[in-house]
Parts: sequence; structure tokens; C-alpha cells
Amino acid sequence: MALSAEKQLEMLRTMQTIRRFEERASEDYIGGAIYGVVHCYIGEEAVATGICSALNIDDRIISTHRGHGHCIAKGADLNRMMAELYGRATGYCKGKGGSMHIADFSIGMLGANGIVAGGIPIVTGAGLAAQLEGKGQVAVSFFGDGASNAGPFHESINIASAWKLPMIYVCENNLWSADTEAKGTLALEDIAARAAGYGIPGVIVDGNDVLAVNEVAEAAIARARAGEGPSLIECKTYRQRTHTERKEAIDNRPAEQVAAWMERDPIKLFAADLIEREVMTEEDWKKMEEEIAQEVLDAVKFAEESPFPDPEEALVDVFAE
Amino acid sequence: MRTVTYSQAGLEAVMEEMQKDDKTIHLSTNAPAALTDSFGTSRVRATPIAEGGFTGIALGAAGSGFRPIVNWSMVTFSFVAMDQIVNQVSKIHYMFGGQAKFPITFRTSCGGGGRMAAQHSQNPYSMFMNLAGLKMILPSTPYDLKGLLKSAIREDNPVISFEAGNMYAFEGEIPEEEYTLPLGEAHILREGTDVTVVTLGRMLHDTLPAAEILDKEGVSVEIIDPRTLVPMDVDTIRASVQKTGRLVIVDAAGATAGATAEIATAATEHAETFAAMKAPVKRICAFNVPIPYSPTLEDHVFPDADKILAGIREVLA
Repeated sequence: MALSAEKQLEMLRTMQTIRRFEERASEDYIGGAIYGVVHCYIGEEAVATGICSALNIDDRIISTHRGHGHCIAKGADLNRMMAELYGRATGYCKGKGGSMHIADFSIGMLGANGIVAGGIPIVTGAGLAAQLEGKGQVAVSFFGDGASNAGPFHESINIASAWKLPMIYVCENNLWSADTEAKGTLALEDIAARAAGYGIPGVIVDGNDVLAVNEVAEAAIARARAGEGPSLIECKTYRQRTHTERKEAIDNRPAEQVAAWMERDPIKLFAADLIEREVMTEEDWKKMEEEIAQEVLDAVKFAEESPFPDPEEALVDVFAE
Repeated sequence: MRTVTYSQAGLEAVMEEMQKDDKTIHLSTNAPAALTDSFGTSRVRATPIAEGGFTGIALGAAGSGFRPIVNWSMVTFSFVAMDQIVNQVSKIHYMFGGQAKFPITFRTSCGGGGRMAAQHSQNPYSMFMNLAGLKMILPSTPYDLKGLLKSAIREDNPVISFEAGNMYAFEGEIPEEEYTLPLGEAHILREGTDVTVVTLGRMLHDTLPAAEILDKEGVSVEIIDPRTLVPMDVDTIRASVQKTGRLVIVDAAGATAGATAEIATAATEHAETFAAMKAPVKRICAFNVPIPYSPTLEDHVFPDADKILAGIREVLA
């Protein structure tokens, strides 16, 4: 095990922070304090965490409509995230974006995106910037199985491979594209196989095993930093909740499929593993959970106490001054 | 002064700005040799024919500290990138609360008159005007193209340069020394007192002869080229109409929900301007049809000097 105990605990903390943040976001969405739509990442935390824990602050990522996990894993501030969900002036986007459009360019998080596959070309542009800057930075595109069927995925990955851009394409294959089972919309069993069409490595990894994800991420990132070009990583995972949060959510996925994946909850698996390997104790874990719960409560408090934006703010930021 | 083609003027603008700022990069399906020779294939990329892909790539590079210049070639091909343009490029600065800048210039040629038929003869700028978050220029001469394009490249926002596809060989004078033209300022090409004619893009060159003919008849025509569609210099247009009392708008695009409708409204919804008007607004536009191929058909669809002359006479009657 190459990772230090400290690093592993940090990874668990990130995963649990994503979980707790989203549990609260869901609750507050149902309760009415959060507007619009909320897509929860719960169940997929090992992917964002495993990948981002292998990145540096100046590496860039782009997210999807299911973006809270990527934000938190890249180091975003919970207060400003929650304030954005609450539509407050102190939010990351001053209340202009909401759940689907959180970004923090200062930490290389180029945004969540409401268009499936829409972010893939954009972050490939960050890969081009990294190549031109020549400082060894990389860029990571997170996207789902659904996006891998869309043109922007293929156009971007083709350009990245032709130009040897320092890119890592991370497919979070949660088996469902919204309410449609992915296997009905693509002929391949493995999305990673698509890498062959672009002459780049395609790796399959258990997306619920954070250490496994981290390991393949390290390899792909090393390859990218060395100027050898992009990789495609397919993380097999599962979204524990419905496509979006709803008061009375109807889940059309087979109950036994959901149940089987709930058994493989990435946080439970990793926490148990850390305890078993004596990296932490039950007590440490309990303490960590409590600390995280408090951080989320603090974020909610920050959001609740923050003002709504002045209506006139709606007219600001159409253009950069 | 020296004489250059419209094409050369555009190239000079790009060359000068790329020389000045090493964060400028160029993306297009065919990399111009003049650019690769000067700046190398790292900064001047020949892309696959994948407009959606490289438009998004330009956006990401812009958000990561670069200043991309993208050439879509014909505006036809920009539609392939429409998701990126509409959902990403135009909204990204606002949606993320203004936390990053996205300086990108999109160059594209608009159509008409080249016997290129429907897909390659389009003037769809009004479609883009309706999106908040994009600036756009419509240069009608080599001088305007170079000056406006240099400003567009320096601008910290996405700007689309709608260039006249059938004018790349058109010659005009530009100064020896460096110059720029500001975005958002209309150009009064000819001062007059009887009628204001606002012309868009290449229509200027059909409007000027019409004005000459009227001048000989004792009619004083004021010609205004807005140069920039967003932001639009409505003040100059309103001031002119207040003086002349009459407004004619000429465009090689169709009239429906066009830039001409926006210009007409800028005049008529403004109380002082409306009060000064002596005649209804007259729009002289292309017919709202896909552009046909055969010369007799295509020539019938676009405005020309005769149609412009007739239209101006109508508001003078």
C-alpha cells in the first residue's frame, strides 16, 4: 500500500463529506430551501475522490450535472457551495448557477454542466492550455455512460489523442442514463473499449473502490504528465438514488440491482477496510463522521445567514468588464 | 495608406495580435500557412472537422488563460457547434458568477452572391444577437475588418466576427500604422439630412451607389454602418433619425426577427426619435427563403442598388 495513512483518511473524509453534503442538499431541496433540481452523486463518491486525490491544485477538471462530488473532491468550499444551492449572494456563482453550475476556477474546477457531454470539449481545451503552458499540468473530464454516446465525447477524445493532450477521460458508468438503462443504448459491454478507436489506453476499474480508482488515476496522470497523451478510465459504479431528487421519487431500476449495489456502498467498504487494516479505529470513524456532519451544518448556517442577491445583480456579469 | 484585400486585412489583424500576445492561439480546420510559418503548429492548430469539439476546446483554453481565435470558416459550420455556442460560450461567464474571463474570437464568413446555394449562403447573425453574452462585429470594408477584429481579439469576452464571404478579394485602404476600431461605435459614412440609411455588412457597397444617384437629384442621404451588432450603437442611429426623420435599413439577411427589426425598434420605441419621424421605417432585406443557386434566382433574393434606391424613394414620397 503506497498511500500514507493520512492520505487514506483524507480520502475517506472527502467521500463522507460528499455523502453528508448531498444528504442535506436533498433534504433541503425537498424542504424547499434549495430550488430547481438536485442530482445526487451518492454511491459514486469513490470515483471523484480516487481521481482528484491524485491531482494537484493547478490541474483542472470539469464536472457534469451531478457535480457536487467533483467540486468537493477538488477542494471546493462547502459554505460557498451550500450558499449557491440556497441561491445566496455568497455562493460560488453569486446565486446565478445553482446546483448544476457550481465552479471554482481558482482550484481548477471548471464547472458543473447541465448539458450531457457539454463539458468534455471545454476541459479538453484546458488540456490544450496545459500542453501549451508546458508545466506538466493535466486536465480531467468526468462524464457518464450517457455522454460516451454523444458526439462531443468522440470529437474531444479524438482531438486529444491526435494532439497528445494531457487528458484523463473518466467515465462514471453508473449503468443508467437518466431513466434509460445504458446497455440498451450502446452495443459494448465496456465503455473503456472505445479507447481502442482512438489509439489510447482504456482501463476498467471498480468505481466503488477508491484505492483502485486512485491507482489507475495515478498511472493515467503520470502518462499525461509525461506527454504521452490521454487515457480513458471507465469506473463501474452505481447511483444509489434516482436521477434527480424528488419528493416521491419513482425508481424504475430493478430493486435487486439497487440492493446489490447498496451492499457495495463505497464509503462503507472503505471505512471497513481502513478499520480492518488498523489505519483507523471505529472511534476515529465515528469522530470523523461527527466532524463532517458539523461542517455541513456550518455550511447550512452560512447559507441561511447569507443574503439573497440584490435583484439588480441579475443584470451583472453578462459580459466581463 | 496602402491598399489591401478584405482577406489580407483580416489576416493582418490576427498576425499582429498573435505577435503581441503569446497567449493568443489559432484553431481552424485549415491552418493558414502565413500563421503556421510565423507562430508554429503549437499555437496554430489545424483541427479535425469537428466544430463542436474545437469550439468547446477554445472555450476551455480561454477559461484557462489563453486567448483563442477560432475560424469556423463558413457560418454554416458554426451550426454544428451550436450547443457549445448557445449553452456554453454565451452563458459561461454569467452562469459562474463572472469568476473567470473567456476571451475568444470566432471568425466566420457570411454568405450571399457566390452561387453557393442554401447551406453556404446564410446571414444568421440575428439568431446569435438574441443570446445574451456574445458580442458581434459585421465589418463591411478591409479597414473595418482589421480595426474591429483587432479589438475583438483584445476583448475579454466572446466575439463573433461575421465577415462577408464574397468580399475577401475586395480591396480597400488601411493606414500604414497600427490602429483599432472600438466595438459598439457606429460609423457615419456619409452625412445627410433627408433620410438615414443603416446598412449592414456588405450591403454598404450597394447602398453607396444608390446614395450617389439620389445626391444628384438633390436628396441628401446619411449612411450609417453600425459595425457592431452587439453592442449596438443605438444613440448614433437615433440621433441621425431625429435629424432626417426617415429610416431605411438594408440587410442581406431576411427581415423576420432580423437585426433590422432590432434597429427599427431602437428608433421607434424611443419617444424623441419616433416623434421626429416623417415616414414609416422601411426595411430592404433578403427574401425569407433558403438562398437558391441559379444566378437569376439568387440575384432576385438579395437587395441590390436598384432595390435600395426604390426603397429610399418610397420613404421620401
